[in-house]
Amino acid sequence: MRPETEEDLAEMIRRAKGPLRIVGGGTRAIGPSGGVVLQTSALAGVSLYEPGSLTLVARAGTPVAAVEQVLAAQGQRLPFEVPDMRGLLGRAGESTIGGVVAANASGPRRVQAGACRDSLIGVRFVAGDGSIIKNGGRVMKNVTGYDLVKLMAGSWGRLGVLTEVSFKVLPVPAAKATLVLRGLSDAQAVAAMSAALGSPFEVTGVAHWPGQGTFFRVEGFAAQVGYRRARLARHLADFGSVEEAADPDVWSAIRDVAPFHDRAGDVWRLSVKPSDAPGIVARMGAEAVLYDWGGGLIWALVAAGTDLRGRLGKIMGHATRVRGEGPGAFAPEVPAVAALTRGLRTRFDPRGLFAAMVVP
Amino acid sequence: MEMPKPNAMILSGKARIVALLRAVLPEDAVIADEAETRAYECDALTAYRCPPLAVVLPRTTEEVSAVLRICHGEGVPVVPRGSGTSLAGGALPTADSVILGVSRMNAVLETDYPNRFMRVQTGRTNLSVTGAVEAEGFFYAPDPSSQLACAIAGNIAMNSGGAHCLKYGVTTNNLLGVTLVQMDGTVVSVGGPYMDAGGLDLLGVICGSEGQLGVVTEATLRILPKPEGARPILMGFDANEVAGECVSDIIKAGILPVAIEFMDRPCIEACEAFAHAGYPMCEALLIVEVEGSPAEIDEQLALIKAIALRHNPVELREAADEAQAKRIWLGRKSAFGAMGQINDYMCLDGTIPVSSLPYVLRRIGEMSRDCGLDVANVFHAGDGNMHPLILFDANKPGDLERCEAFGAEILKLCVEVGGCLTGEHGVGVEKRDLMSVQFTPEDMEAQLWVKDVFDPRWLLNPAKVFPLSVTAARRAG
Repeated sequence: MRPETEEDLAEMIRRAKGPLRIVGGGTRAIGPSGGVVLQTSALAGVSLYEPGSLTLVARAGTPVAAVEQVLAAQGQRLPFEVPDMRGLLGRAGESTIGGVVAANASGPRRVQAGACRDSLIGVRFVAGDGSIIKNGGRVMKNVTGYDLVKLMAGSWGRLGVLTEVSFKVLPVPAAKATLVLRGLSDAQAVAAMSAALGSPFEVTGVAHWPGQGTFFRVEGFAAQVGYRRARLARHLADFGSVEEAADPDVWSAIRDVAPFHDRAGDVWRLSVKPSDAPGIVARMGAEAVLYDWGGGLIWALVAAGTDLRGRLGKIMGHATRVRGEGPGAFAPEVPAVAALTRGLRTRFDPRGLFAAMVVP
Repeated sequence: MEMPKPNAMILSGKARIVALLRAVLPEDAVIADEAETRAYECDALTAYRCPPLAVVLPRTTEEVSAVLRICHGEGVPVVPRGSGTSLAGGALPTADSVILGVSRMNAVLETDYPNRFMRVQTGRTNLSVTGAVEAEGFFYAPDPSSQLACAIAGNIAMNSGGAHCLKYGVTTNNLLGVTLVQMDGTVVSVGGPYMDAGGLDLLGVICGSEGQLGVVTEATLRILPKPEGARPILMGFDANEVAGECVSDIIKAGILPVAIEFMDRPCIEACEAFAHAGYPMCEALLIVEVEGSPAEIDEQLALIKAIALRHNPVELREAADEAQAKRIWLGRKSAFGAMGQINDYMCLDGTIPVSSLPYVLRRIGEMSRDCGLDVANVFHAGDGNMHPLILFDANKPGDLERCEAFGAEILKLCVEVGGCLTGEHGVGVEKRDLMSVQFTPEDMEAQLWVKDVFDPRWLLNPAKVFPLSVTAARRAG
């Protein structure tokens, strides 16, 4: 199925007899299985862009690349630095903006600019009963009614099929710089990253790539970046000798988890309290790890089939298997949360059409 | 304002219900005396009042859970209350409801600077949250203008904003986790000191749900390092359109000020008469504030000045020192007080796309002339959140009604140009009956699904947010 309009889509959903598998570009989905493919790529196009209002509205099937191109022409961007998961997951295809929202996919700048869900200011979607629903809009301050915009971000297609998404966008800064500390242990690296994030120099990226270094990014106007770079280097001096990174594009490698691209095994993504991260990694027995978000995000490469959750026991945060086979990709929920999730899924999708989107 | 007819069974069962509450709470935590419950008859929307059946002031999550379990069992509606500063009537009781106030729950439970969060009980006031961490150079970003009094519980319920949200976002962007007590007493913990939800973003829908999904007793808040400094610049223009274009050009130039405040002539005149801040008499005035080190501020202000000069400002005044900065903010910060002195006023809160600013201001001016009530405009221009103040005389019969009708027309205009009814105050009872202007029945139904799941019996703050006709069947149980 490949609806051309929102109305078509609503009609298809009303008529659907069994489970559907919603597909944007198919570049970042985690393990949906079965179901009739419902392709959103014909619902495409930027429907509104006002640079002076920092607002962009696009249909859900619009390629991310097209959105980024439109924004770049006016010196603006999506604030949350969209990760490209194709290399990590071995996928081809064209990532869509709706897929980004469904996954709440956010890159290194998440520490400063927020996640995808924080930039998302409006959605339109078709729920499991075929009703067409809008929430939020195209203004960045809006508390009218419940915030279903957030609920749809990161819902992985469980509550409905997104047809249109609106964002608050931001200007691309004139200049940027990346500093690096080398040879830090994981614990030292997290301490250094915390120090940077606790400084007023507005770092927009903080990541630790074991073996490569601990990286810090500042952005802004030219003189501002010069100032921030110098002050941040002084601020971090206790952790070692601070250098300018030779490859300022290290951030796309970190964003896309490039270190794991050509390596076999399962890949896990853990969201944790940063200071807990080194201890968790020590217990993990991973073949390789990458820390982003100041230590708040751990990417881990482990042998295929590893029960990482079982190995770690209880952690404060959550672990998702983004590459690997079998059930258990998403973390189980405590009973009270699971009851709410189940209730919402039943309400938004009374016939279980989207049941295949996330398999526990 | 129509409110549901109180349930006679509950009114006549008051003594029994109060006894049940007293059995699970300390003596001083239950207020049932009619003279004392009157203190809770309204919030900051004082036009509407109704004393509740009783008031409870629990001190712990367990006590909140016990109260809710009893009210759930008895079918008694519960209206959660922070500090009662809602401008939308979010904490307005009904005669058959129990007010659950969290004001006694105000402890800081944890502060963690390396991980940049704090955990507080939600009765704590917004300003005292920052107060608890500022010695270490941190702050909590959302800063609603009632921040001296308003509670974090209310901030979460209304997803409060403030003057600085262009840069720092609103409550939902600074909230990491909550402890929520559901109407049946179930305590659920959502989120925590880590980023983003594992499953559905329940935190995102709890924030801004106006106390209808549960009572939030604890919150994990993101704290940020304080900027090195901040400095405002004041600009005057001879037309609203020109000021609007200047805002748009500043944003397009890649500058992200922490605040862009806009005042029109009626507002400037009132503020000047009240606060004597030395504002120029012109059609539109902008106050733009930027942050950073002195050199960073200079760099940004130089860019902003260059842009402003292209729009032929009638005034361009940079603050050379702290005293001058204070003076620039003085008039703006006293705007509401100034208005209050010359008149009764109603403050609206619609948001519009920034590009529609000139058109909307022109239309408001025309509508003001047509209905014979004056309007002063003061608002957060960077994010399009308007605060038109409609002036009226509460002692003049019919004036309040005329004012409300005019306000509704302005909010409809906001929706018509692509905006919304409320940017930061919430719907409450005030804008409840306008929801169908912005939302289709299907849009609202999807929101009601969420309430059905969290509060199947529809007992939490049930008469708010949605038109009564839309929720009637559900409230009837």
